[in-house]
Amino acid sequence: MFAFILRRLGQAVAVMLTVAFIAFMLFQYVGDPVTSMLGQDATQEQRDDLRRDLGLDQPFPLQFARFVGNAAQGEFGLSLRQGRKVSVLIAERFPATLELALAAAVIALTVGIPLGVYAALRRGGFGSQLVMTLSLLGVSLPTFLIGILLILFFSVTLKWLPSFGRGDVVTFGNWSTGLLTVDGWKHLILPAITLSVFQLALIMRLVRAEMLEVLRTDYIKFARARGLQNSSVYFGHALKNTLVPVITITGLQLGSLIAFAIITETVFQWPGMGFLFIQAVQFADIPVMAAYLCLIALIFVVVNLSVDLLYFAVDPRLRIEKSAAGH
Amino acid sequence: MNTTAPSPGRLARMLDSDVWYSFKTSPMAILAAVIAFLCIFCSVFAPWVSPYNPFDLASLNLSDARLPPAWMAEGSRAHLLGTDGQGRDILSALFYGARISLLVGFASVAVSLVVGVGLGLLSGFVGGKVDALIMRICDVMLSFPSILVALLIDGVGRALFPNAQETLAFGVLIVAISLTGWVQYARTVRGSTLVERNKEYVQAARVIGVAPLRIMLKHVLPNVMGPVLVLATIQVAAAIITEATLSFLGVGVPPTSPSLGTLIRVGNDFLFSGEWWITIFPGAMLVLIALSVNLLGDWLRDALNPRLR
Amino acid sequence: MNSSPLLEVKNLRVEFATRRGTLLALDDINLSIAPGEILGIVGESGAGKSLTGAAIIGLIEPPGRIASGEILLEGKRIDNLPYEQMRAIRGKQIGAIFQDPLTSLNPLYTIGQQLTETIQTHLPVGAAEARQRAIKLLQDTGIPAAEQRIDQYPHQFSGGMRQRVVIALALAAEPKLIVADEPTTALDVSIQAQIISLLKRLCKEQGAAVMLVTHDMGVIAETCDRVAVLYAGRVAEIGPVADVIHNPSHPYTVGLMGSIPSMDENRERLLQIDGSMPRLNAIPKGCAYNPRCPNVMDRCRQERPELFDAGATRAACWLVSPEVQTVRVNA
Repeated sequence: MFAFILRRLGQAVAVMLTVAFIAFMLFQYVGDPVTSMLGQDATQEQRDDLRRDLGLDQPFPLQFARFVGNAAQGEFGLSLRQGRKVSVLIAERFPATLELALAAAVIALTVGIPLGVYAALRRGGFGSQLVMTLSLLGVSLPTFLIGILLILFFSVTLKWLPSFGRGDVVTFGNWSTGLLTVDGWKHLILPAITLSVFQLALIMRLVRAEMLEVLRTDYIKFARARGLQNSSVYFGHALKNTLVPVITITGLQLGSLIAFAIITETVFQWPGMGFLFIQAVQFADIPVMAAYLCLIALIFVVVNLSVDLLYFAVDPRLRIEKSAAGH
Repeated sequence: MNTTAPSPGRLARMLDSDVWYSFKTSPMAILAAVIAFLCIFCSVFAPWVSPYNPFDLASLNLSDARLPPAWMAEGSRAHLLGTDGQGRDILSALFYGARISLLVGFASVAVSLVVGVGLGLLSGFVGGKVDALIMRICDVMLSFPSILVALLIDGVGRALFPNAQETLAFGVLIVAISLTGWVQYARTVRGSTLVERNKEYVQAARVIGVAPLRIMLKHVLPNVMGPVLVLATIQVAAAIITEATLSFLGVGVPPTSPSLGTLIRVGNDFLFSGEWWITIFPGAMLVLIALSVNLLGDWLRDALNPRLR
Repeated sequence: MNSSPLLEVKNLRVEFATRRGTLLALDDINLSIAPGEILGIVGESGAGKSLTGAAIIGLIEPPGRIASGEILLEGKRIDNLPYEQMRAIRGKQIGAIFQDPLTSLNPLYTIGQQLTETIQTHLPVGAAEARQRAIKLLQDTGIPAAEQRIDQYPHQFSGGMRQRVVIALALAAEPKLIVADEPTTALDVSIQAQIISLLKRLCKEQGAAVMLVTHDMGVIAETCDRVAVLYAGRVAEIGPVADVIHNPSHPYTVGLMGSIPSMDENRERLLQIDGSMPRLNAIPKGCAYNPRCPNVMDRCRQERPELFDAGATRAACWLVSPEVQTVRVNA
């Protein structure tokens, strides 16, 4: 098991380095590193000084090493668009995105898994087919359109819920949260639902497919042949076996949610990292793009590793070394 | 005495196949196919099917702007689905917009299919370091959500070519979207290739000296087309949605050739003033296309799955 | 004097609805098992052996279904019971063992958990007693260090050990009948004998009858009291094991026995029966075996024979029908 963790850590480092490399290339060849560090209004002398300081006359590998060193400390220079430190910008926006992503994840899981189980157990029934068609709709609706529809319905027509921003937030130190105010919750509902729909549909379809596979196995047949109650067969045996592979996918979805938040944040003008990223893309603000990229890669890598560890905890086949087998 | 009846022709065999039977008896599949066909037809033949050309600036009449759909109070028969802020007919804009959306969608899928299947075949057939490298790249790419990859390529493209002409912008967009999808093909095809490679007829062909490329194309490829076809169908829907998302975010197709996503973005500004049709109808068209293609893909997957027959 | 049979299958027909029409997979199966007896069901792949077992425990997978006929357990019909009543019978009255021990056990639960769950479903015992019973079951099936191994997972056992666990699970609620579907096919030859003798011993101890489905005549010869030979979904011959093996009446059985290579004979080629068993959608009219039968008569191609008495066995063959017998006797 130890060897496995080492290997995964090695892979994680490789991925991070690759991403850092891409980000580095962005800096070097797409943007102007000096401009991104000093902003637009630096004098030529300042630029030359910085060029020397940054070691831009140095060989490529050294520059890359320096970049990685800086990146590891969160130092990405100044935003071309706003002139402020990228790290500060991102830190400000991170809590908003995280809250949104977590809320969407909770919705997707608590609705998706039970619906998927239902669709598998009542296969062929009207309710099940309805659920499956709705899930197909969920995958066919682009996230931004869902947001627009929700806004049209709940904000414009019914005037029940607000349609932009985060509402009242409470700050502690570096963190800000909207979860402690009613207004914050009101602002969170529509964006969270919007973000969750796609994942919800995916999880539902996945759980249903997995469960149908599991219900076809020999051990389920044997469980029935032993006369076990339906509740034991379905929820004791089938469900547990279904959820194990679902865990991996769901873990990956969390990272995906943070990325898809870009769209939701744009529609609802939610002040998160995603909105920041879009503005950076529109403006070709390379430092922000690079920083966001590295951060997302880090989140993904951490989530993947956690999911792998979780797998170990849940699937006994991976955990215990095979003891000497007797006959 | 040898009296064998002539074996049924290819068409007869197709019509008798389980797949066709499954299609005939599935009302959903037929409906989806009809809708998809209609949408594609209208988009391809947009200039002939649309009542107006919404991008012909000369024909626009500002006094016609913001008309609601024909069945509402101030609507007019001349514009069945209403007009937008500049007097463009929404119905026509739908067809022209769908045209762009479908163009980008199909082109991206075509590119990612060729790249993915090619790399998959190569990876599975050659094996060794090449295989390991390609799979590593797949792993890294899979850890990135598609939207991010697309945004990144597009952003870089923008930065590199700030004053790009239309074709280049389209090219960058298509490349961006196709890069999000090729990995699935590569993995599936690689898996099937590995299975086929170890089969005796492939080994026999190699021993005789048949060129590897020929083996790959003639023997392995037909066996993997089933899952690839299912993937391609589902990816078309995904590609269309990705393009719409990018255009909505303002980083997709150039503004001179608006796709459905662009139309939705433009219409979004009118939402709060109550002129909902400007954004909702393009949205409905988008969903209709995506849904019908997805339904087809779903049905195809079930039809080709031997265990569900 | 024979006591009343434990299990009776009367005129059982199982069909599958496909888009090309309905396929008859089991056509008029008749057999019975006495309490404590071991009945072998032998035949080629596709003959309908496993399906017969599945029909008895009520777990035929759709689109298959019982079209007609009766299955009686201790005189009471069980083929038409609602699911919940059949569920109560499964495990408690009729146990089942399947072919692959690896896939028969849920990999995510310890065998102790799977055992105690089964025990507590059918017997009114508490958790502690269930665990004790489980340990005893494991010991009875020959698993060493049962008290420790009870908390291990299936993948920590070898194939033979796993099948022992499966047997323990099937016997946990002390059923009267065990349906064993190819219990040794997935095991090493050296282990097969152990498992078979274990099954035989335990069933004798508990007084349980066994319906042993297999394609391996050697296992049948070693284990069974009676055997039924299935062909194309029909019973070709049924009778005491020694008689079916040494004095078969049905030409198919004759062919089967003849095709088993013998250490005693000096032969250059293996004997085989020409042709192959017909597909379900192409069963010949009359007797299903007629295209391959060396003694075929015109009647065989027209009418389907019932099971006629033929010495110690019963065979579905016109050659041993009463008219033919009478002719012989009178000739």
